[in-house]
Amino acid sequence: MLNKSSYLIFIISAVIGISFWIGFNVNLLPAEASINAPIYDELFKILFIIGLILFIGMSLIVLYSLFKFRKREGQVGDGIALEGNLKLEIIWTVIPSIIVLFVGLYSYNIYDRMGGMNALNHDHSVMENNSEKIWAGISQSNNNISLIDTNIEVSAMQFAFLFNYPKGDFISGELHVPVNKEISVRMESKDVIHAFWIPEFRIKQDIIPGQPTILNFTPTKVGKYPIICAELCGPYHGGMRASIIVQEESDYQDWFNQNKKDELKA
Amino acid sequence: MTILIDKKNQVAEKIQPTGFLKYFSFSLDHKVIGIQYLVCGFLFYLVGGTLASAIRIELTSPISDFMPRDVYNQVLTLHGTIMIFLWIVPVVNGAFGNYLIPFYVGARDMAFPRLNAVAFWLIPPSGLMLITSYFIDGAAQAGWTAYPPLSITTPQSGQIVWILSVLLLGGSSIFGGINFIATILKLRRPGLKLMQLPMYCWAMLGTSILVVLSTPVLAGTLILLSFDIVANTGFFNPVLGGNVVVYQHLFWFYSHPAVYIMVLPAFGLVSEILPIHCRKPLFGYKTMVFSIMGIVVLGLVVWAHHMFTSGTPPWMRLFFTIATAFIAVPTGIKFFNWVATMWGGEISINSAMLFSCGFIINFVFGGITGVALAQVPFDIHVHDTYFVVAHFHYIVYGGSVFVIFSSIYHWFPKVTGKLLNEKLGMLHFALTFIGFNLCFAPQHWLGLNGMPRRVAEYDPQFQFVNQISSLGALFMAISTIPFLINIFLSAKNGEKSGDNPWEALTPEWLTSSPPPVENWKGEAPLVTEPYGYGSELTDKDT
Repeated sequence: MLNKSSYLIFIISAVIGISFWIGFNVNLLPAEASINAPIYDELFKILFIIGLILFIGMSLIVLYSLFKFRKREGQVGDGIALEGNLKLEIIWTVIPSIIVLFVGLYSYNIYDRMGGMNALNHDHSVMENNSEKIWAGISQSNNNISLIDTNIEVSAMQFAFLFNYPKGDFISGELHVPVNKEISVRMESKDVIHAFWIPEFRIKQDIIPGQPTILNFTPTKVGKYPIICAELCGPYHGGMRASIIVQEESDYQDWFNQNKKDELKA
Repeated sequence: MTILIDKKNQVAEKIQPTGFLKYFSFSLDHKVIGIQYLVCGFLFYLVGGTLASAIRIELTSPISDFMPRDVYNQVLTLHGTIMIFLWIVPVVNGAFGNYLIPFYVGARDMAFPRLNAVAFWLIPPSGLMLITSYFIDGAAQAGWTAYPPLSITTPQSGQIVWILSVLLLGGSSIFGGINFIATILKLRRPGLKLMQLPMYCWAMLGTSILVVLSTPVLAGTLILLSFDIVANTGFFNPVLGGNVVVYQHLFWFYSHPAVYIMVLPAFGLVSEILPIHCRKPLFGYKTMVFSIMGIVVLGLVVWAHHMFTSGTPPWMRLFFTIATAFIAVPTGIKFFNWVATMWGGEISINSAMLFSCGFIINFVFGGITGVALAQVPFDIHVHDTYFVVAHFHYIVYGGSVFVIFSSIYHWFPKVTGKLLNEKLGMLHFALTFIGFNLCFAPQHWLGLNGMPRRVAEYDPQFQFVNQISSLGALFMAISTIPFLINIFLSAKNGEKSGDNPWEALTPEWLTSSPPPVENWKGEAPLVTEPYGYGSELTDKDT
């Protein structure tokens, strides 16, 4: 009996150990390029490890039972007439409930850290009449953003994104943003539902016709990343992509100054 | 003729064709209707599978080169609609429900036999209508979700045919649901208590409640959508002041419960199959019943988790996260109970058992990714990507379809009196299990790394993984060959099974195989312990 339980402890710790090892060493996610990304990856890692423990554990039990309790040749008769076990059933109701509650609260915490629970800053209301209701995506913070020129208006249409920089009064086909600055995009669709997704930033927000949406994010890594439409929008949906180019502040200012309307150039 | 039918089933039987032809008739026999559902569903499965193959061929290269882009969107729309509304829902509910429920409650037929036949006969025309719309003016191309405004702006005829077809199928589903509720609650053999019913009855009761509560919402929504398309109303048309997100709420109010309409009956079927092949009572009968009803209640209040990126307010996101994640608790109970049913049994390793175990492993995987997807911050990144595609195929294919195959191996002797060939069955299982996991496991990575769903072209860095996925799809396509050979050969020359090849205790096995029209020659047996294995019920010496 001692042998049996020490085997059991060994197997359980092996499953947990392997799950942790995989969780920490196998990277299934793309590069991290925004403040959100490492927070997201932390949640992913926890869920990945819990999931692995449960999946490997359950699969092992099923395979073991199939092997151990298989009917041998010539064997007749039934298994034990065991119809239930209150203690066991309470255990496997309570433990999953605790795990689920933990995961739920933890992801709430993650969501809060991403800024999901914040009321959106109202800088945008400067640009429109206050009566317009804006639906929120993730909002990074309530900090008063002084840089109005990082407020960008995104229009989505079949099958392209256009980026309007109101401060410079120009429209670009690529989204240029400075690194380590909070960016706020206000998005509106001209036709059907689109979605604005940057995998490296771990953010996504639908762009809804007749209902502007806002998404705030802070890029942390200079580079070029894809902006992908994630909502089926018609035949060329798969081709509806744009790029976000994250630049050093000075490079971004150069680009901005080159593009802004002449009359705004002082 | 109506007078004859009204008298009694035996009289009705005389005016109905017998033999093979009865399967093409407006039969009132629940067993015939069950087989009609199954075969009809399987034919649509072959169509849906062909469409899936077309999708996987297109995705072997990162550019759109196999079919025109709008045809690709029609193909994915038809694939989703056919697999859900014409294969899984009719088969796990209609086919097995009709065949088994009257046996389980000890009745000679369903409560409303003619409504039952009408429910079935709505399916072939609506399915054919849906498919032929492709050849007339192009099928619907807004996805099976038909989100406006895309569904309003794409070619109208295809979308309208799609709506009509789904309305008819929804009607069929509601008729079936009412019939199951009435049969289970009102047609039980005297002396048979609710808590003595086989678990599939409870699963069908729960499912039918979901069907009756949520399908009308879908019907209403689609009627409003059709007004927007043909009559220029503005319910969901933002140009006319409509709100597109309202459609999503209404649509998912049905379509999330639809997931449970597809998996709860599968849970019920597994609960019948496992005890028989493990020679052990079903573990934790009462908690199984409570967890089914728990899933029914929770299943109705989780729909908005499909809309976390649609611009829902934070409190709503939080509520739907917690509610969704909590479905894992009753679902988990069921899985632990099944594993406990296997533990200490005398397990026959056969095709039915293998498909059921495959189901457990696949579904646990799909359930885990499901709990992850319920978390708002997690979902925001992977929503509408291949991660979601992989997740729900683990639920509906790895879950429901594996159970359908398991059930076919299990109940084939009941229907035909012949056993299916085990070697071909195991080949079928191996090809399906390997092919399925090869096809869908890599898609999780694709979604996490930036491949959205419903695309015909993608970033070339994803080509290799997509080709692996397509290879898995090829295995899945090939796996139907040994299955079909098996069905035809065994039906013709299969080994005789006898009446009760599995020595089962559930009532459908306590009559001849195939059963007589009136189900039992004499009175229906009173089965109060459908899972009494290991007790004196199956002890050979007494």
